Amino acid sequence: MLPEKTRPGWSGALQGTLKMIREKLASLVFALAASAGALPVYAESGWNQLNMTRGVTHISREIYALHMKIFWICVVIGVVVFAAMIWSLIAYRRSRGAVPDVTMVHNTRVEIVWTIVPVIILVVMAVPAAKTLIEIEDTTRSELTIKVTGFQWGWEYDYLDDGVAYYSRLDHQSDAARELLSGIDPTTVPHYLLNVDHPFVVPVDTKVRLLVTGADVIHSWWVPAFGVKKDAIPGFVNEAWFKIDKDKPGLYRGQCAELCGRDHGFMPIVVDARSREDFAAWLKQTAAAQKQAAAPAAPSGAAAGTAGNAPAAAPAVVAAAAGPGSS
Amino acid sequence: MAEVLTHADSHDDHDAKPHGWQRWVYATNHKDIGTMYLIFACTMFFIGGGAAMLIRLELFSPGLQFFDPQFFNSLTTMHALLMIFGAVMPAWTGLANWMIPLQLGAPDMALPRLNNLSFWILPFAFTLLLASFFVPGGAPAGGWTMYPPLVLQTGAAFPMLIFSIHLMGASSILGAINVIVTIMNMRAPAISLLRMPLFVWTWLITAYLLIAVMPVLAGAVTMLLTDHFFGTTFFTAAGGGDPVMFQHIFWFFGHPEVYILILPAFGIVSEIIPTFARKPLFGYEAMVYATASIAFLSFIVWAHHMFTVGMPLAAQLFFMLSTMLIAVPTGVKVFNWTATMWKGSLSFEPPMLFALAFLFLFTIGGFSGLMLAIVPADYQYQDTYFVVAHFHYVLVPGAIFGIMAGVYYWLPKWTGRMYDQALARWHFWLSAIFVNVLFFPQHFLGLAGMPRRIPDYAVQFTDWNRVSSIGGFGFGLAQLLFPYLIWKCIRSGQPIGNRAWEGAHGLEWELPSPPPFHSWTTPPSDAVIARGAEH
Repeated sequence: MLPEKTRPGWSGALQGTLKMIREKLASLVFALAASAGALPVYAESGWNQLNMTRGVTHISREIYALHMKIFWICVVIGVVVFAAMIWSLIAYRRSRGAVPDVTMVHNTRVEIVWTIVPVIILVVMAVPAAKTLIEIEDTTRSELTIKVTGFQWGWEYDYLDDGVAYYSRLDHQSDAARELLSGIDPTTVPHYLLNVDHPFVVPVDTKVRLLVTGADVIHSWWVPAFGVKKDAIPGFVNEAWFKIDKDKPGLYRGQCAELCGRDHGFMPIVVDARSREDFAAWLKQTAAAQKQAAAPAAPSGAAAGTAGNAPAAAPAVVAAAAGPGSS
Repeated sequence: MAEVLTHADSHDDHDAKPHGWQRWVYATNHKDIGTMYLIFACTMFFIGGGAAMLIRLELFSPGLQFFDPQFFNSLTTMHALLMIFGAVMPAWTGLANWMIPLQLGAPDMALPRLNNLSFWILPFAFTLLLASFFVPGGAPAGGWTMYPPLVLQTGAAFPMLIFSIHLMGASSILGAINVIVTIMNMRAPAISLLRMPLFVWTWLITAYLLIAVMPVLAGAVTMLLTDHFFGTTFFTAAGGGDPVMFQHIFWFFGHPEVYILILPAFGIVSEIIPTFARKPLFGYEAMVYATASIAFLSFIVWAHHMFTVGMPLAAQLFFMLSTMLIAVPTGVKVFNWTATMWKGSLSFEPPMLFALAFLFLFTIGGFSGLMLAIVPADYQYQDTYFVVAHFHYVLVPGAIFGIMAGVYYWLPKWTGRMYDQALARWHFWLSAIFVNVLFFPQHFLGLAGMPRRIPDYAVQFTDWNRVSSIGGFGFGLAQLLFPYLIWKCIRSGQPIGNRAWEGAHGLEWELPSPPPFHSWTTPPSDAVIARGAEH
C-alpha cells in the first residue's frame, strides 16, 4: 500500500494528492493494454470492462475493497521484485563487461528477511479477509427466505413462506439469437444472454436469505453486484444472503458459474430489486394470481429434465423485462 | 575423462541394438525413450493447441458462429486433458529420461523395460481419448475436472474417458517409480543428495507427488465408473452419496497435480539462470527445502478450488491460510533466482530468454494466485476468466516456457548441433508477446463478470475476447517455429562440443554431444564431478 500516514499539518492535502495519484495509477494500470486513444470506445461493448464491480450491497463493497487492497499489495511487491530483476538485467550484462561475483551464493540474514516479511504481509491480508468472511457466513436474522433451484437450464425461485414460485429462463430474443448461425446480430438484442423471461423479484433494504440447491447437476448462482456466488448442488441446501442498499432498486444481472452441460452459457440470472412496498404489493398480487391459476399441485421441486414444464402460474409474474414464456 | 569415453564408445559396438522400427518399439535406452516422450508431448501440444485455437475462434465474436455448445464443451474438456496429461506431463518425463542419467553419472534409467512400458501406454491412452470424438454423444464435455453428476451424462465416451485416465495414471506412476529408483540408486558415488542438480531434485519431489496422488485420481474415476455402470451411488445424493466428496477427492489429487506440472520447471530455471548469469545458484539448499515445502503444502490446500461449494467457516479459513502460506516458499524461489542474477554476468541466449519470461510471468500468475486465495474475493473470481488467466499464466509461460527453455538448453547436447539461435529468438519474442496479448485481457474479462467454460458471451465482453483471440492465433502460429527449429537443428545445425554454453556446469556437459549410447558406463571420477557438479 502507498503510505497514507503523514504529519498532521498537511496530511489533508497530501492524502488528497495520494488518493488522486492512486486513482490515476489504477486507471492507468487497468487501461494499460487498452491504449484507449487508438481504439474505439463504445457505450456497452467495452474496453472499459476492466475491474470487479463495487456492487450494491455492503458485502460486495467489502469484497471490492479487499480485492483492491490485495491488488495494490501485489502491485507494490511486483514493483519491488520486478525492479530488482530489471536492474539485474540492465546492470549485470556481460556485454557491458560485468564480472560475476561467484562468491555470492548464500546470505542467511537476507534469506531470513525475505521469508519473514512475506509472512507479515500475508497476516496483513488475512485478517480483513477473515473478518469479511465471518460476516458473509452469518446468515442469521434474515427477513425473507427464498429457495433457489438450478436446473438444466434455468432457475426456479420459491418464496417458501408466501406460496409463490416460478421459473426463470433465458429470454426469447436472446434464445433465438444464440442459435448456431441464427443470423441475428447479438448487438441488436437488448442484454444479449443476460436477460430472462421472469426476473427474480426481491426487496431492497432487506436481509434476503437464499437456500440454494440443484435439481440435476451442479450449478452456481452468481450475481456480481451482490458479491454472492453459491453452488447449487443436488442433495445439498447451501445458504447465502444479500441485503441490497435501500437506494439501489433496479435490475442486476448474473450467470450460472458452474459448468452444467450444453446450455451452461445460457442460464442467466436477473434480479429485479424493488422497494419494500413495491415488493410487498408484487408478492401479494402474485400469490393471489398463482393461487387462482394453479390447481392444488405444488409448484416446487423441479425435477431433472423438466425444463419444458414451466408452472402455469409463471406468466402471472409481472416484471420489467418480462417477455412471452420461453420455449 | 577421455579414457572413460573411449571405454564407453568401444562397448557400444558389442550391443545388439535393435534398428529401424524395433529401435523404438522395443526401446529400453533412456535417450530413445526420452525422445519418444518429447515427440509425443509435442504432438499432443499441437492437437491440444488446435482445440484451443477452435475455442478462441468461437469466442472471437458473440453469437455462435461455428460450433454447437456441446461440442464447444468437448473442446474445452479435451484441451485441458490433452495439455495436462498429454503435453506437459510426458514432456517432463521425456526430459527426466534424457537428463537424469546424464546429470547423475548413470548409464541409463534404473528400470529400462518399465520405462518402455510407461511410454508405450500413452499412445494407446490418447488414441482412446481422441477416438471419443467419433462416438455417439461426442467427446467428454463435462470439464477435465469430471464433476458428477454432470460427467455421468457423458455418452458412449464415458468409459473411454475413465479407461484412458486409468492408463495415463498407470503410465505416470511407472515413470515416477523409475525416476525415484534411478535417483536413489544410480547416482555416482560422490554425488550426495544435496549435491544433485536442482532439476533432479525437483523431479524427485515431483515423482513422490505422482505416486501419492495418481492412485487417488484412479480411485475417484473408478467410483465414477461404478456409479455409472454398476449401480453404486458414491456421488449421487439420491442414493446417499455425496457429489461434493468427488470434488474433495479430485482436488486432493488436483492440487499436487498442478505442482507436478510446475516443479520440474523450477528445476530447469534453476539450471539455466546460473549458466547464463555465470554465477552459482543463490541459496541452493533453500531452493531444495522450498521445493519440498511447496510439495508438502500442496496436500493441504485442495479445497481452495471449491470455496463456493458451501464449506463450514472453519474449513474455509483453514484452506485460505494454508493456501496463502504457499506464497512464502514460492517467494523464496523467486528471490533466489533474482539474487542469482544479481552481480552476475548475464547474456541472453534463447534458453535464458525463456527462463526470464518464466520468472516474470510466473510471478504474475503467483500474484493472481494470492488474490484467489482470499476467500471473500474468490467468491467473485471463482469460475470466471480471472481463474482462466491465472492458471494459464502459471502453466503456459510457467510450465510450457519451462519445457521450451529446457529443450533450447539441452538440444545441442542431445543432437550434437547448435540450432538457429536467431530463429529461436523470433520464437521467443513472438511467444512472449502473444502469450500476454492472449491471457492478460482474460483478467479483465473475469473481473468484469465473464464466467469460464461458456461458448458465447454478452456483447460487452466482445472487445477483450477479440484481443485475446488475436493473441491466441499469434501464439499458436508462433509455436510452429518450434518443431521446425528442432528439425532444422537435427538436419543442418553446426556441430558443437561437449559444453554448449560457456557458463554451463553439470555432469551432462562433461559428456560428448551427442552423448554415447550408454551415457556413463563407468561412474565419473570425483575430479570430473568436482568440475561438473558445482551448483
